[in-house]
Amino acid sequence: MISVLVFAGAVALVCGVVGDRLGRRTLLVGALAPAAMVAWLLSVSGEVVSRRTWVPAIGFDIDFRLDGLGALMVALVGGIGVLVFVYAWRYFDDRGGLGRFTAYLVMFSGAMFGLVVADNLLLLFVFWELTSITSYLLIGFQDDSAAARAGALQALLVTAVGGLAMLGGIVLVAQAGGTYSLWDLLADPPSTVAAGTGLALILVGAFTKSAQFPFHFWLPGAMAAPTPVSAYLHSATMVKAGIYLIARLAPVYAALLTWWRPTMVTVGLVTMLLGGWRALAQRDLKLLLAQGTVSQLGFIVILVGVGIPELTFAGMAMILAHALYKAALFMVAGIVDHQAHTRDIERLGGLGAVMPLTFAVAAVATASMAGIPALLGFVGKEAALEGLVHERLWGVAAGVVAGSALTVAYGFRFLWGAFVATTYDDVKDPVGPDVTPPRLGFVVGPALLVLLTVVAGVAPALVDGSVVEAARSVDERAGGFHLAAWHSFGLPFVLSTLAVAFGWLLWRHPLSRLRLVTVRVPEATRLYAAVLTGINRQATSVTATLQGGSLPVYLGVIMSVTVIAPAVVMARHWIPIPRLVLAESPVQAVTALLVIAAAFGTVKARRRMAAVLFLGAVGYGVAVLFVIQGAPDLALTQLLIETLVLALFILVLRVLPERFEMVQSRIRSFARLGISLGMGLMAGTFALWAAAGRVHPTLAGEFLGRAEHEAGGRNVVNVILTDFRGLDTLGEITVLAVVAMGVMALILAGAPDEDVDASATDGHTENPV
Amino acid sequence: MIRRSLILDVLIDLIVRTAFVFSVFLLFAGHNAPGGGFIAGLVFGIALILKYVAGGIDELRAVLPVSPETLLGVGVSLALLTGVAGWSWGESFLESTIVELELPVLGVVKATSALPFDIGVFIVVVGLAAALVTSLGEKAVDR
Repeated sequence: MISVLVFAGAVALVCGVVGDRLGRRTLLVGALAPAAMVAWLLSVSGEVVSRRTWVPAIGFDIDFRLDGLGALMVALVGGIGVLVFVYAWRYFDDRGGLGRFTAYLVMFSGAMFGLVVADNLLLLFVFWELTSITSYLLIGFQDDSAAARAGALQALLVTAVGGLAMLGGIVLVAQAGGTYSLWDLLADPPSTVAAGTGLALILVGAFTKSAQFPFHFWLPGAMAAPTPVSAYLHSATMVKAGIYLIARLAPVYAALLTWWRPTMVTVGLVTMLLGGWRALAQRDLKLLLAQGTVSQLGFIVILVGVGIPELTFAGMAMILAHALYKAALFMVAGIVDHQAHTRDIERLGGLGAVMPLTFAVAAVATASMAGIPALLGFVGKEAALEGLVHERLWGVAAGVVAGSALTVAYGFRFLWGAFVATTYDDVKDPVGPDVTPPRLGFVVGPALLVLLTVVAGVAPALVDGSVVEAARSVDERAGGFHLAAWHSFGLPFVLSTLAVAFGWLLWRHPLSRLRLVTVRVPEATRLYAAVLTGINRQATSVTATLQGGSLPVYLGVIMSVTVIAPAVVMARHWIPIPRLVLAESPVQAVTALLVIAAAFGTVKARRRMAAVLFLGAVGYGVAVLFVIQGAPDLALTQLLIETLVLALFILVLRVLPERFEMVQSRIRSFARLGISLGMGLMAGTFALWAAAGRVHPTLAGEFLGRAEHEAGGRNVVNVILTDFRGLDTLGEITVLAVVAMGVMALILAGAPDEDVDASATDGHTENPV
Repeated sequence: MIRRSLILDVLIDLIVRTAFVFSVFLLFAGHNAPGGGFIAGLVFGIALILKYVAGGIDELRAVLPVSPETLLGVGVSLALLTGVAGWSWGESFLESTIVELELPVLGVVKATSALPFDIGVFIVVVGLAAALVTSLGEKAVDR
């Protein structure tokens, strides 16, 4: 499993590096990653487990496990992934940035793969957040569009806040259960209050990810993404992550926690009805589908969330069915957008005549979504209704029928509005029969998905095995059901028919015109905006208070803290300092005196240049002291740093006044004097105190002994830097790199425009704006 | 146009070339004698500053045709990759190993995996110096 992830990473890297030279073909290279997932899935059988210890101290191990549900999800991530990549190859014109785009999309597929095969919950969380981040990058791919940036940020904030809640929940549950393994926690579920709270938090994460009420609003915002992304992330895979987790947890915890079932049913139903209702009011094909996806996700949450075997089984079927038809519909919306340059239902019409194949694909996918017999959507919905009838959950069944009616209605609206309608409601610039038909390669992806929908609808036995295995893997009892193309003319079928009939009425009836002017539910988007504005305002005022912009005040505060905090500790745990030697040799004494003199010179200098030179003298003097003590590496470093700093100071001095400003107030100058003296005293005393306080033997002997034969180096200082303490050094150079970037950004950000242009055109520095 | 001193130009040219060679020596000698990536990077960085003082930003770019960001990224990545490679021959991240190579002219050369790590450190420090010089230098030019 790790090899699949590594391969995806490598593909992403290649695409990112050479992608822009390959143009659109990069996407075909990218398709290798999901293809590898499919190939890997076909090559394994049964449960696959892979374990690797990573951070045992906190239970963070790289443990993977593939079971039935995982396999179903991997099939979706890989299979639909390949089709999406091929589709995107036709969707994009040759343009810049496709390498970056492909790399993100490949990274997403890898993260999603990891998510559904992760056993360790912390590992799952990492992949979970990776999908959020790649989703952010993909939604914001058109980074010159404000809507795309806003949508991306909104999606990231909502899902990341949920992810954070989930992390808290994971820790609570794992602490209660004594393990971070998802499978172990399911086999032996903790039932303490803390575990219950933890599960509630995990559900918050799952609800945000799967766009459940009241977190549903980010999904329509995410429609600013290129359509392949919407088809892949925001209908087929990523939004199923929450459902995946709920499906795993529900069979065990629905029985343990009293609030579990009511929560699932309420959240699911509200989401299903709200999304369906909103979908009816949309003019944009993609927004319509997005709201429809919200609605369908609500439906699936009910099914897998209540933890009833038959419904769990139906939920698995719906996960598959929904991924197939919704991805196809999104692709169709993208084809329409690409050919007609608009997604506005009111402007579109009559496309069925010019692109019959696309129309056929859209029609079948919509029919599957609406639950028309002989299609996979019908099989899934029928299984769900049958389960609800068996369990006598009449209220839920009524809600589901209402939701399905809405689904049928917006399905008609989608299909009719784009492909059939020829009358336009007072729209100035209709788009219709003069649109050029798409190329065949463009339609192949959705056509294959639809073909599978039809085949699986007529002969469900084809996918029955996978669905049964998926259901069995979360709940042994849920594995005893089977998909059937046709049940009977029983109650479930009556309900299905009712839903279709109501949906048709809802769409046809003139009353439905009212839908656009009906009472507006307060929108969650507004709440989100209000929270965001509030936080920003708060942050601004806090920053204004704490960061006044005065360098002397900052330094004063920092130094005062540095003096006072250790001084308190030293005073409370005083260690007698042994008798000190003033100097070991005359050279040492002379150098020390020179350093002291230079320090005085620094303070007394009136010109900045003179002060800098004196400061340099202090540094060089200290370097000489190091040499006398026999530390050539240290001395060399000190010398070089002093030189570098001196040179940089001089570069900066060019823009500063020649002389220091004199401090006017006496109080201020006394305060500065006090802080400086305190700092000096502190540094000296602390060094002595720390040296006197040693209780453990030094590591020097051990390092010296091990440097040569273990690390192959005789310079122990260098061996410590690059080997014994290599991780520290890695951290330090990372800090250096970040600081360097920060300095460049800070300084160049304020540069006049012509500077910015000049540096941007020769590619030497990034445009800081 | 700034008036340029021929003597300064020639002198700095000599010093800078020497410093570049010296920094490379320090980098490779570092494991057994005083030196190492950090120190070598500082020497190189100071040479860059000298170059800037003598010839301005254009000559600096002629000596160092890559952007500071690239250097910083490459350096950190190289060090990180050395760490990751530690997994392949040992148990843990950054675990080092010693390789003895027989090269045509140099004879048997002992190299440790700390060397690429140190080269990464070197590149980062050079990148830092380049970043500071270019930004501080550019900013100050017309003020």
